[in-house]
Amino acid sequence: MTQTSARPAFSKLVPRVPATPETLVKSQPSASAAPGLRMQVRNMNFYYGKVQALHNINLNIATNRVTALIGPSGCGKSTLLRTLNRMYETVRNTRLEGEVLLDNEDILSQDVTRLRRRVGMVFQKPNPFPKSIFENVAYGLRINGLPANQTGRMADAVERSLVRAALWEEVKDQLHKSAYALSGGQQQRLCIARALAVDPEVLLLDEPCSALDPVNTAKVEELLFHLKENCTLVIVTHNMQQAARVSDSTAFVLTGEVIEFSPTPQLFTTPSDPRTEAYITGRFG
Amino acid sequence: MTERNLDAKLLWRKTTNLVMLSLTGLCALVAVSALFFILGYLVYHGGKDISWNFFTKLPTPVGESGGGMANAIVGSGKILFLAALIGVPIGLLGGVYLAEFGGSTVPFVVRYTADLLNGVPSIVIGIFAYTVAVMPVHHFSTLAGGLALGIMMIPIVLRSTEEYLHGVPSSMREAAMALGASKWRTISSVVLPAASRAIMSAVLLSLARVAGETAPLLFTAFGNRFWSPGWQQPTASLPVMIYTYAVGPYEDWHEQAWAAGLVLLSLVLLINILVRTIMSRGMSAQRSQ
Repeated sequence: MTQTSARPAFSKLVPRVPATPETLVKSQPSASAAPGLRMQVRNMNFYYGKVQALHNINLNIATNRVTALIGPSGCGKSTLLRTLNRMYETVRNTRLEGEVLLDNEDILSQDVTRLRRRVGMVFQKPNPFPKSIFENVAYGLRINGLPANQTGRMADAVERSLVRAALWEEVKDQLHKSAYALSGGQQQRLCIARALAVDPEVLLLDEPCSALDPVNTAKVEELLFHLKENCTLVIVTHNMQQAARVSDSTAFVLTGEVIEFSPTPQLFTTPSDPRTEAYITGRFG
Repeated sequence: MTERNLDAKLLWRKTTNLVMLSLTGLCALVAVSALFFILGYLVYHGGKDISWNFFTKLPTPVGESGGGMANAIVGSGKILFLAALIGVPIGLLGGVYLAEFGGSTVPFVVRYTADLLNGVPSIVIGIFAYTVAVMPVHHFSTLAGGLALGIMMIPIVLRSTEEYLHGVPSSMREAAMALGASKWRTISSVVLPAASRAIMSAVLLSLARVAGETAPLLFTAFGNRFWSPGWQQPTASLPVMIYTYAVGPYEDWHEQAWAAGLVLLSLVLLINILVRTIMSRGMSAQRSQ
């Protein structure tokens, strides 16, 4: 159920060309120093109070790849995503056992604010702050210590992030307007820009397109292809077509367990577990 | 059941409907007209005594006509300033604690206590302020008056701050936390600004509410026919001045009490209008979301 790194050349592939099974081979659980793994989840159990939400999770997240988490509602895929930047800590009475590694360091022993700067997050519903477009993007930089008086540097950083989130052309003349004046799709790309501004190594996306129309969904998906050139992406989606389109490898989660974790083409064409097959062919979920 | 019977029933139902409808309308009318009646009465009696002198002159000695209530207006201002200095930070930060940090038992106790404090008769709060701020120093003071009204403001500000902070969607807190903001940073830079208009309105309303309190000032700020320099002297205030002048034996005192009442009511109305304006602007910003 684990998967080691693919060859770096893979990232140069044209978008929407599926990986060939040869480039992504299943192998033994990798050693701790395995190159090309940005994050590793090892024997992780997670509890909401006394209720166990995740069971013995093992997951390797390859550097500069898109990893998708799919599964029916309530299966724990969002919870799993939230263990990767410790966002679960905002909920009372939660407990995590096992290891979650970022660049081979346990995230539980790190300062949580530093961790979240390195592992950014985009949420299901666009949630811009009630501030201007500029201030939304600048927020992460400000709280992480880029002082407000370095206006030039700040403006550069904001522009860079908006360009990366493919929003710059649409908003460059209205940076000081309220973020609420933007459309839903633009707001979601603004949230992506806000997350990118602090230059995270990993970006977690929790059903980022579920509140968007197909046109904006396509824009965000295209954006993901460009982002993975220098960022590792983990996306939760309930849309299997989306997982198939955007991800390099996919984990199928069911009732708190990772049932199958394989290269995306393999998972969708020749699933090894009958439960995965039942889900992707639409027999439940 | 005969046709006649049905007709009688229908008539009865129609009559009941009409009577009850008129009754509710009448009660609504009484409620509304009470304010306009008071306002009209105040304008009728007090309007003619409001002049430039009323706002700039001290009260004249007994027997002399003219004079104003400048010292009471300034005194009320100073007391309200002190009250806000005490009530706003405590109420605001306590409300932040309740909404953002509290577990389950502590907020329950705090909330319940605040609601009880809100229900404590204002004269009792006056006695309390008298005991802690007047008795030890053996004289009345602006400070003691401010303390009494400040205590009254705390539960109002606290509960409304809590309520408005609960109204800020948690997705906004998550967005800030996910960027690496600490809890306090999240609150101070995202949550509080998002609720700031509503909280500001609540503060203004609580000021308007305590501005007219008389009982707690009777034996704290006491009253003064002259200017009250600094914070340690007894001071005049509009509500106490109204009380003193209204029960006084002189006709021109009564006139001035009406005028002072009009000034006080105008102040409260002004604050209310200000709050409406602030809130409606806030609403339109929200709506464009």
